[in-house]
Amino acid sequence: MADQRPDPDALLEKVQRAEAIRRRGRLKIFFGASAGVGKTFGMLLAARERRAEGLDVVAGYVETHQRAETEQLLEGLELLPLRAVNYQNATLREFDLDAALKRHPALILVDELAHSNAPGSRHAKRWQDVEELLDAGIDVYTAVNVQHIESLNDIISQITGIPVWETVPDAVIESANEIELIDLPPDELLQRLKEGKVYLPQQAERAAKNFFRKGNLIALRELALRRTADRVDAQMRDYREDHAIQNVWQVKERLLVCIGPGGTAENLVRAAYRLAQLLKAEWIVVYVETAKLQRLSREQRDAILRTLKLAEELGAETATLSGYQLAEELIAYARTRNATRIVLGKPTRPEWKRWLFGSLVDAIIRQAKDIDIHVVGKESDFLSQARENPYFSRSRLYLGLASEEQQTMFKWRVGYLWAVVATAISTGISWVIYDHFDLANLIMVYLLGVVVVAARYGRGPSVLSSFLGVVSFDFFFVPPRFSFAVSDSQYLVTFAVMLLVALVISGMTVSTRHQARVAGHRERRIASLYALSRELAATRGEENILRIAVRHVADVFEVQAAVLLPNETGRIVYPKGEGEPQSCHGSDLSVAQWVYDHGQMAGQGTDTLPGGELVYLPLQASSGMIGVLALLLLNPARIAPPEQQRLLETFVSQIALALERVRLAAEAQRVQLKMETEQLRNTLLSAISHDLRTPLAAIVGASSSLLRDSDRLDDHARRELGQSIYEEAVRMAGLANNLLDMARLEAGAVVLNRQWQPLEEVVGGALAGMSSRMDHHPVSVRLPRDLPLVEIDSLMMERVFANLLENAVKYTPPGTAIEISAATDRDELVVTVSDHGPGIPAGEEERIFEKFHRVAREGSQGGAGLGLTICRAIVQAHGGRMWADNLPSGGAALHFALPLTEPPSIEHEEATHP
Amino acid sequence: MSNAATIIVVEDEAQIRRFLRTTLASEGYQVVEAETGKQGLAEAATRKPDLIILDLGLPDMDGVEVVRGIRGWSSIPVIILSARSQEGDKISALDAGADDYLVKPFGVGELLARIRVALRHFSAVNGGQEGVFSVGELKVDMIRRKVTVGGAEVHLTPIEYRLLAVLVKHAGKVLTHQLLLKEVWGPNYVERAHYLRIYMGTLRHKLEKDPARPRFLLTEVGVGYRLAVD
Repeated sequence: MADQRPDPDALLEKVQRAEAIRRRGRLKIFFGASAGVGKTFGMLLAARERRAEGLDVVAGYVETHQRAETEQLLEGLELLPLRAVNYQNATLREFDLDAALKRHPALILVDELAHSNAPGSRHAKRWQDVEELLDAGIDVYTAVNVQHIESLNDIISQITGIPVWETVPDAVIESANEIELIDLPPDELLQRLKEGKVYLPQQAERAAKNFFRKGNLIALRELALRRTADRVDAQMRDYREDHAIQNVWQVKERLLVCIGPGGTAENLVRAAYRLAQLLKAEWIVVYVETAKLQRLSREQRDAILRTLKLAEELGAETATLSGYQLAEELIAYARTRNATRIVLGKPTRPEWKRWLFGSLVDAIIRQAKDIDIHVVGKESDFLSQARENPYFSRSRLYLGLASEEQQTMFKWRVGYLWAVVATAISTGISWVIYDHFDLANLIMVYLLGVVVVAARYGRGPSVLSSFLGVVSFDFFFVPPRFSFAVSDSQYLVTFAVMLLVALVISGMTVSTRHQARVAGHRERRIASLYALSRELAATRGEENILRIAVRHVADVFEVQAAVLLPNETGRIVYPKGEGEPQSCHGSDLSVAQWVYDHGQMAGQGTDTLPGGELVYLPLQASSGMIGVLALLLLNPARIAPPEQQRLLETFVSQIALALERVRLAAEAQRVQLKMETEQLRNTLLSAISHDLRTPLAAIVGASSSLLRDSDRLDDHARRELGQSIYEEAVRMAGLANNLLDMARLEAGAVVLNRQWQPLEEVVGGALAGMSSRMDHHPVSVRLPRDLPLVEIDSLMMERVFANLLENAVKYTPPGTAIEISAATDRDELVVTVSDHGPGIPAGEEERIFEKFHRVAREGSQGGAGLGLTICRAIVQAHGGRMWADNLPSGGAALHFALPLTEPPSIEHEEATHP
Repeated sequence: MSNAATIIVVEDEAQIRRFLRTTLASEGYQVVEAETGKQGLAEAATRKPDLIILDLGLPDMDGVEVVRGIRGWSSIPVIILSARSQEGDKISALDAGADDYLVKPFGVGELLARIRVALRHFSAVNGGQEGVFSVGELKVDMIRRKVTVGGAEVHLTPIEYRLLAVLVKHAGKVLTHQLLLKEVWGPNYVERAHYLRIYMGTLRHKLEKDPARPRFLLTEVGVGYRLAVD
């Protein structure tokens, strides 16, 4: 029975989905076949019920069309004020998304899901407003008609003959938690219409006359019912999945849809979408760019881009392939992606052509033995015109396909001019060699001209030069010369073959050139990506990453780019550092914030704020959102091709990952530093607790003894106790001084009070201060009489000498001599304090400068092991260096070098006194 | 002890006060305690003390202000008690006229030695003046302008002599760099501490046996110089 248990992964997925749904608001769609069936009415009824249950209900936007019974239902519901938008001298009243988000009711009514918002609104479409409401956790009731569903759009246009501009992506409908079908039989609807119960906006009246035909209504009703039934079916399947009802093997289907430049492409995509839905399959839409297809007109290329965009909106993955043989390329791709079915459009070529040259469909059917092939029929014509709607023209603008036209026209004219010139030159050369060579060789000269033109100016000019070549050859060289007449009819064959050869050569040359260009493009894309990732990988520091990212993006895509990052509170702010291009001044922080919060792109050409000047892309890394990349497109054509867009996406993710890497590294460093600080603190605590407790114990013991037993103690004993109290207290004072010095040096609180002075005086000061402890260590000072003045802080430098002398006393037996000497060495004054004790253990020469390092742990020597650390810090603060070694004769030598600079001048007096 | 000197201790820390009181009383001094600067100034005016020991870290007013207040009407010797973190205040107080200083923690021996020097110096200035200063082998005849070490005359330049003379005039007292520069070179040289250091160096080489370990011309590191009196 094990097989009957639900798959844990599937269950987990189910739970996760349920959780995401819980966080999101619930969407209920009142779904109808056409206007007037009572969707708004049904929605209001449901809303009133919710309110009666005590729910916080607000009417965000309700279109009553002044129907009395509907308006009555609206009474008593809280109405959200509409937002007035001025557009072309008219005031439009729009749903106020921000007010709704601010009011944040439990349930909001937003009618007409397919509505297009007025230009300048945050989102182009109302369904996007609804998405945002849902994201904010607000439940939404909305209404939509079947003709607005994206994938059914074309069918309905065909049925009713009326194009519908406003569409809602299927994904939005599918994401609804509940769909309530509001059904009204066509007869009743027509009756209501007759009775005047269905009021329509004036602009739609004329269309409505055609629309509300019984045939249309029946068809629409059927579509709406079928759509709802599909959904119920899907629910049923979900249910079966939940309850481990798995009687059929589930094979993951994957459709590969091949679109071409023809008008059927969009139809094909919609049909494929429906098929994919039905099969619950993934689907991929590909466009194979062959040499021939490269020559398409601008309109046709536009159409392809539109179709790919549409496919993406419908949930397909899209790809553009380039290759020489369409069918082979397609099959190869299908195999690498494990496609189970290929969807193709019906061949549009005339039958004879198909018979002569074959067709893609035939070729694929021949080659794809194990893959199912679906061939989709042609759509009616009127849709092609219908497609010139504002939405598409906008995406055309976005893709920047309008601007290049002039340039292309220019190049086109030049090409044809060169075709003529090349033929003239060929004729000239032939003229010169005519007397010495066969006619056949002259043909070669003309063919050469054709090749040159084909290589440089493409197909049109090369075809022209082929024809011109044949004509010139005939006119100038074929007898009778200087006439088109041909004396020998066999020349007709020559002409035909010459023309054919010229055409084939030109075709092949053009193809090769195109292949090279495609390869070149691809090469450049890969190279630019490689350059970016290589530089990013070699870079440390967020500033540098940003600089490199902005530079590469700007170079490759011809944009002005800026990376906008959030501050500590998650608000996007303008970058602080310099070196960012000025473009970020044009960026709108609120849009960037929206992009950052939602992880979706916005701005020009996107679905959100398409009217903006800039494009905003989210920088998303594995740990979450990093920031926003704002782009000002200088040449929109640069990011028009889908491949370039994909490259841009790759760039964006590379940048996001690089930023994330830097942040993680910084975080790791912080943790490391914290650990080290922690360790240091522990060492400090243990050192201090030992070094403080020992003298304290002696002091407390000795002083309490003095207090308690002072009568019984003799003078000698009292002296002993007093002496030990004094010595231990002095030791503690020394430790406290060192700790204080260390803390001040580390905190950077020490400001050197540097003055020009002889070293002798500092040495003298230190020796005087240490005199009580130097009784058993003879010190010899050897300072040359002519030592230059040094600019030092005398108090600090005295600490250095005091610490060095104290160490020498501490680590050598009594009676050991200590030497202080100094000498100038080039531009340094090198000072050495040496003793004749046991010296520094081998390998410890550097470690003795470390904090809390002591040569003999827990030894009799006091001190926290800070002395040399402080010395080195002081010397370094003076711009010097400090090191240690052992004398050849034994004994430790501590050296430090101070930089020598020109001392200030002094006026000397000559006269002596008296 | 009869004719005991009166010492005012201005210190807010009770433990230090207790230690000073016990020590000084056992040495035969009359001790008057003051907890605040104001109280100290009032005691100084009414008690006519021979010496004031003044802590720089008082709760009510700046120790330097107290020194200025006293110097306004009297030249009673003032010994300052300072902590290591009060370098700047210490020098300001010395510039304002304090005679000597002790850095906490200090020993009794050191304290008593300073007190003795200060009291002697005070009586020397106010008492008999033979015109000859001598300490150890060093003799300075202020009237004949003659300097000898162990009987041998030492030749000094005019500036060297002027420097020595200023030190002799305030023998035992700590003289700040600034004060010495002003007295010997004039107010325009106050910032040129290296002059003082160079001349002090040559003076030491002329007068001291081991200039690195001076016997007479003592260095108060970071503060100034003092001429030893015993």
